[in-house]
Amino acid sequence: MTRILDIKAVGKRFGGFVALDNVDLAVAAGERVGLIGPNGSGKSTLVNCICGALQNDSGTVHFDGVPLNGLQPHQRTYQGLARSFQLPRPFATMSVADNIRIPLLFAVHTRRGHHLSAAEADRRCHELAHSVGLGDKSDHAPSSLTQVEMRKLELARAMAADPKLLIADEAMAGLSDSEVDDIVNLLLRLNAEGVTIIMIEHIMKAVLNFSQRLVVLVSGRKIADGLPEDVLRHPDVERAYLGQ
Amino acid sequence: MGMTTELLINAVVAGILLGGFYAALTVGISLSFGILDIVNIAHPAFIILGSYIAYLMSATLGLDPIVASVVALPFFFGLGALIYQVYYLSFERRGQDPMRGLAFFFGLLIITEVVLIMVFGVDYRYVQTAYTDVTLHYGIIDLPMRMLVPFVVALLLVAVLILFLSRTFTGRMIMAVSQDATALRLLAANPVRIKRIAFALSVATASVAGALLIVIQPVEPSIGREYIGRIFAICVLGGLQSLPGMVIGAMLLGIIESITATFYGPSWAPAVSFSLLLFALAFRPAGLFGR
Amino acid sequence: MRTPTFLLVSLVLGAVLFALARALGNDYLFFAGYTVLQYLVLATGWNILGGYTGYVNFGASAFFAIGAYTSVVLQKACPLPLPLMVVAGGLVAGLIGLAMGYLTLRLRGAFFAIGTLALAVVLQTIVVNWDYVGGSRGAYVLRPADIQIAGLTLPYVQYLFGIMIVLAAVAVTIARAVERSRLGYGFATIRDDEAAAEACGVPTLRLKLLATVLSGALMGMAGAPLPYFIGYLQPSSTFGLDYAINAIAMPMIGGTTSWAGPVIGAVLLGTLQQFATVTISSVANLLIVGLLLIGFVIVAPNGIIGLLQKLRRPASGTSRTHHMLRGLR
Repeated sequence: MTRILDIKAVGKRFGGFVALDNVDLAVAAGERVGLIGPNGSGKSTLVNCICGALQNDSGTVHFDGVPLNGLQPHQRTYQGLARSFQLPRPFATMSVADNIRIPLLFAVHTRRGHHLSAAEADRRCHELAHSVGLGDKSDHAPSSLTQVEMRKLELARAMAADPKLLIADEAMAGLSDSEVDDIVNLLLRLNAEGVTIIMIEHIMKAVLNFSQRLVVLVSGRKIADGLPEDVLRHPDVERAYLGQ
Repeated sequence: MGMTTELLINAVVAGILLGGFYAALTVGISLSFGILDIVNIAHPAFIILGSYIAYLMSATLGLDPIVASVVALPFFFGLGALIYQVYYLSFERRGQDPMRGLAFFFGLLIITEVVLIMVFGVDYRYVQTAYTDVTLHYGIIDLPMRMLVPFVVALLLVAVLILFLSRTFTGRMIMAVSQDATALRLLAANPVRIKRIAFALSVATASVAGALLIVIQPVEPSIGREYIGRIFAICVLGGLQSLPGMVIGAMLLGIIESITATFYGPSWAPAVSFSLLLFALAFRPAGLFGR
Repeated sequence: MRTPTFLLVSLVLGAVLFALARALGNDYLFFAGYTVLQYLVLATGWNILGGYTGYVNFGASAFFAIGAYTSVVLQKACPLPLPLMVVAGGLVAGLIGLAMGYLTLRLRGAFFAIGTLALAVVLQTIVVNWDYVGGSRGAYVLRPADIQIAGLTLPYVQYLFGIMIVLAAVAVTIARAVERSRLGYGFATIRDDEAAAEACGVPTLRLKLLATVLSGALMGMAGAPLPYFIGYLQPSSTFGLDYAINAIAMPMIGGTTSWAGPVIGAVLLGTLQQFATVTISSVANLLIVGLLLIGFVIVAPNGIIGLLQKLRRPASGTSRTHHMLRGLR
């Protein structure tokens, strides 16, 4: 098994508050991992530490063999790590197509042997927009999109970076059942193309449908890591969720 | 005791007195920027406005400028409330980018300064009080009253505000709204009204600070801009949300400036504060005392 | 329109303007024209950082003054032909921009803005205390009465006007080229959402530094010919409010998202101020600028360009948003 993401003993504090405590996580290439945990358990902090929005205080993060400690977010994206944001953060003054274009211009275009001509970039933008069902809205501004369309744009934009690993951070919060299925299918398709995916979610149905492996974070600590059926029967996990 | 040591001690003492005054200048920004997160760079212009109003009342009504500034407090409070209302309706509610908010206050800064120039001209104005020329002597230490009185008043002002924010209901709501407007709404309080009061208070402090300024030195409309860097340097040094921290930052700046002026000449003093600000921003943006 | 073509068109327009001024023969036109074009370059330079990336620089007058004082220093130490002085002014101001960037760009927008103010005061204090450039007393620069160019004898003010025309054409061409390039996309993402930009692979710090250097250089070039224009340079006015507020007001009133905004703002506001200075007073014109700035920022945040777009497509929805959006066409 090639480890595409190797997190060892990662810790993060905010003043006196311990957000992450000695977290280990190894993700194999091509895996579908679900990350769950109660609110405030440190899931977002972990994502931010992996992606570089925050720097971990202790421990190491290795991506495809490359040590990430100290690297800026854009450098990590260049390495092949991509994320979608919990609350969609589109570039408001650009069209949907241009939003998708940004990672193509900056993450993909600068990789060795990956130079894209303007025509190729255009084509890829529309292709990606189409693949998430936003094909006929490529010229629209993000402000005219619905909630679920904005989530799809987030994912399309993350996909535009041509990642080896995609972290989908609560991409389905507040969506209807069919919309949730839409997004899950999108991620499954992506995974089938070879992208490793970490899904952070509260919607149990989606996580269980999707994940090959489940990781549970509570109060900054990993308390379970394994097959979904096993993890759900774990006494600590039951305790963490029964209190909800 | 050597001449240099005597100079140094007096420089430090002068610096402390100056620092107290700087605290009065800065406390308004601690409220608007530190607590409300509004970058009111027009604050120094309001301070100068306070100086001129104190000057006017002193010249026409014969009032002591500091007393005059207290009389003028309601006017400044109202001005602050009005400005906040415009700011809120135009920017905060619309969720506009911060650039426009900054430009708004910059425009206010310019307008205030230009109006003062048009009304009063560019000549320096000063006031003469009962204590302007009095200096107390304690051994080798000189305490000019024109610095000592503002020092005392300044510390009183800051103390009153600290008490207000920690002991009164409105004051605690102001501290709360800076942290969680939603929780405040659940308490059936109106966050906008609370913020408006806080901002109005911050502008009101400019009235008193302005009077203290004109007691210390002659003023003309453009000197406000010299103080922008000092004020924000103190905020950054002292930590944005700690008023006691701000006072210490103010003293620190006062002392450093005073020593620089004494040994290297007064024309270098502004560079000191602004350089300090630049380096503080570059290396310790959370301030010496943290946020 | 491709970039070299645009430059050519701008230069041709400039040449026409120059010929017109000479035909009308009124000296005042050259003075006024120089002033307006100087503001155009200043505003265009400011907008590359302030408008494109959203980082507001309150110390524009410092960069402008650095350009002017570089000319003063060169004039004393090693006089160069004016075009080279302009380049030198740009280089020095660009370096200052780089230094400022290193010190302040890691900060939130508001702290950055304050940092720029701080820098402006530090630079002013240094100049005031530096006797070589005249300190607070100021510096006199002898301006020749005329100059020989390509067999023609031009009055010096006309020469200055011509230099500023070329500079304006270059500045606007650069701004437009940046806007339409990959760099322009990167700048816009920084303005819209810096954290998201980083996540998308945009090297935000590097781009911001580039923007500060470019912006500083252009503003410095706008100031480089100033000593020859007014003959006497004084720190209090060169570092003054005038340039700082116009550098901000002109792009904000014209529209910050495009190269055309600063141009519109500079031409309209510059001409207005020329009128006001002559008819009312030079202080009154700053009041007008201040009021207009506040008015536009509240009522028309996208400036005149934004207003024109709203007029052209009154219907809401895709067509209007389409027009407001950028794109490599």
